[in-house]
Amino acid sequence: MTYSGNNSGFINYIYDRYRDLTIRDICLVFEGRITHQVMKALTGLMEEQMEEMKEKRTLRRVYHVMVESLQNINRHAETFENDGYPYPGRGVVLVTRDEGHYRITTGNIIETSNVEEISLFLGRLNNMDPAGLDELYMRQMRDGVISAKGGAGLGFIDVRRKTAHPLDYDFIQVDKDTSFFIFTATISRQESWKH
Amino acid sequence: MEALRIEPTDDSPLVVLDRENNLFEISGKSLPENVVQFYRPVTEWLTAYQKDPGPETVFTFKLIYFNTASSKMILDILMLLEEMAEAGHEVTVRWMSLTSDEDMQEAGKEYEEMVDLPFEHHTYEFE
Repeated sequence: MTYSGNNSGFINYIYDRYRDLTIRDICLVFEGRITHQVMKALTGLMEEQMEEMKEKRTLRRVYHVMVESLQNINRHAETFENDGYPYPGRGVVLVTRDEGHYRITTGNIIETSNVEEISLFLGRLNNMDPAGLDELYMRQMRDGVISAKGGAGLGFIDVRRKTAHPLDYDFIQVDKDTSFFIFTATISRQESWKH
Repeated sequence: MEALRIEPTDDSPLVVLDRENNLFEISGKSLPENVVQFYRPVTEWLTAYQKDPGPETVFTFKLIYFNTASSKMILDILMLLEEMAEAGHEVTVRWMSLTSDEDMQEAGKEYEEMVDLPFEHHTYEFE
């Protein structure tokens, strides 16, 4: 069975995506609603790789950053109206690797009114030293409360202190009320990856 | 008092709180969707136990993973144990980590800094 002629564009599109993914050494890509079950499935895929690889510490951190980033989307991503269909908790997730690093990238819609606060907070985390981050984490753990959304306000702080690289982040304004938030955490690989 | 036992799942730990057999343990993975709901029976049990604890309470944490929301709940548990110690009861925390898991070992040391309780740090090779 072959695709009919009017689908050849679609086949090329899929092939181009496939080629892009393999060339860039993308371990995992997902777009859709990030429910708790999806978070567990995606992190489970990384865990399976952890079993086979020797970089235990690196992969534990990749796993942890994925859990925290996906739970952020699950809890905080806003509705993106598209043809009138709401998509709560929707986002895109990419895990890539090269010789020296793993990168976990997420993208999701947030309210434009939250852009400044997130941007200032992440900027502040990037400027802190390890001791300052530990202190902030412990203080937030002691004084913070679990929000109605289930977060403890600790995710970004812990991702920053476990990755030892500045956090990359940017915002693209979608319309007056909503913006697309893109976030990348970079983790150095401590041992070489073996096939 | 009645023992509390919560069976582990793929996102929540095994919990055993058993005054009669002197067993106090949380082990496995902790990243439940709703941490407050999951840990409520644990903190409620400990609040009741505080009033009439056994002669020596050794509380074991043997976690292979916990998310940041769970880290807050673990601190809440440790603070309940700290209150018991302040009231003059014998309480020890046994923090167990995989030998290969330096982050888990670090987390134990961080908690030790945060509460006034004696900690024993142990490592083990296999899950």
